[in-house]
Amino acid sequence: MQWRNHSNSYGIISIGLHWLLAIALLAMFFVGTWMVDLSYYSEWYHRAPELHKAAGVVILLLMVVRLIWRWSNPRPAPLGKVKWQNRSAELLHQLFYLLVILIAVSGYLISTAEGKGIDVFGLFTLPALNWQFELQADRAGIVHKYLAWAFMLLVGLHLGAALKHHFINRDNTLKRMLKPLKGDIHADS
Amino acid sequence: MQTLNPSKLLAVFTLSTGLLLSTQAAQAANYQIDSQGMHAAVQFKIKHLGYSWLNGRFDNFKGNFEYDANKPNASSVEVEIDTTSLNSNHAERDKHLRSADFLNASKYPKAKFVSTSISESGDGIAVKGKLTLNGVTKPLTIEAEKIGEGKDPWGGYRAGFTGTTSFKLADYGITYDLGPASTEVFMTLDIEGVRQ
Repeated sequence: MQWRNHSNSYGIISIGLHWLLAIALLAMFFVGTWMVDLSYYSEWYHRAPELHKAAGVVILLLMVVRLIWRWSNPRPAPLGKVKWQNRSAELLHQLFYLLVILIAVSGYLISTAEGKGIDVFGLFTLPALNWQFELQADRAGIVHKYLAWAFMLLVGLHLGAALKHHFINRDNTLKRMLKPLKGDIHADS
Repeated sequence: MQTLNPSKLLAVFTLSTGLLLSTQAAQAANYQIDSQGMHAAVQFKIKHLGYSWLNGRFDNFKGNFEYDANKPNASSVEVEIDTTSLNSNHAERDKHLRSADFLNASKYPKAKFVSTSISESGDGIAVKGKLTLNGVTKPLTIEAEKIGEGKDPWGGYRAGFTGTTSFKLADYGITYDLGPASTEVFMTLDIEGVRQ
């Protein structure tokens, strides 16, 4: 099993975190936009926001794990030949990380705006900060919403770029995010 | 002994009339609601599903009233409420109540009650006026009663009232469906004014 990344191949942990977070974040976006318009008598009226909040905390923790893993593993070299595209891809990845963290933090600020913590699947309660700012829930809510839409815009770019590498450049960019490449293993650097 | 000539008589008359008028003006005193020391509250309650009361309040408001115990019917009152200061002790609910589904607080940050006529009877004080909420102005009556008035220990003079009223949310363009038991909101206003 290739757990760690190598100089041109992603390990199982990186691949797993990528897809786990990809699915979770897309689900969060669709649940989030759907739940804010639920009617008062919907059976999801309370349940969906509770799940959304708890999942958000777990996602933030996973994101931290992912960043630590990224920093403690070799970074597979980009397969693209065009410099500005490689640089854009790198910038896009960093923006992804930044947005996910900011979206999670803004969501946290909505729920904790009046000093109450967030219950995470009954396992523990993430406490509120002991300071609040004016109209915190409303203001954090606006940030949360627009950053989520910005995130989806980046998803579109990221997806488009991955498909371009696969179908036009016909390189391994997409394939190596599906499973670790074989016969290509270099020593950990 | 000096005789009173007509011009002096006129002067005395003018002076005494003036004194009389100013005495009357002082009686219909103007009070400022003590929202600084916060001896006042604007609270609301609405039924939750018909099973219990949900309570909340507006943290920020200001206002003043004219009141004279001898001429209660000449009184008037004006209160301005900051709708963004809604507080029902639950972050997401307060965010929802401030949103366009309910108070539309970013578009209409102020609600206002201005009295049009006040009549005191044995039962209490009926304060008729106009309430502006969510951009809609409608007549509304507050059933009030005086709690007391008198000097305070710090050199001022205070008078306080409590009042209740109720209205349908739909009358003010708030049509989000909270269920059949929750269409009417009940409000309690407790105000203490400091005489200016």
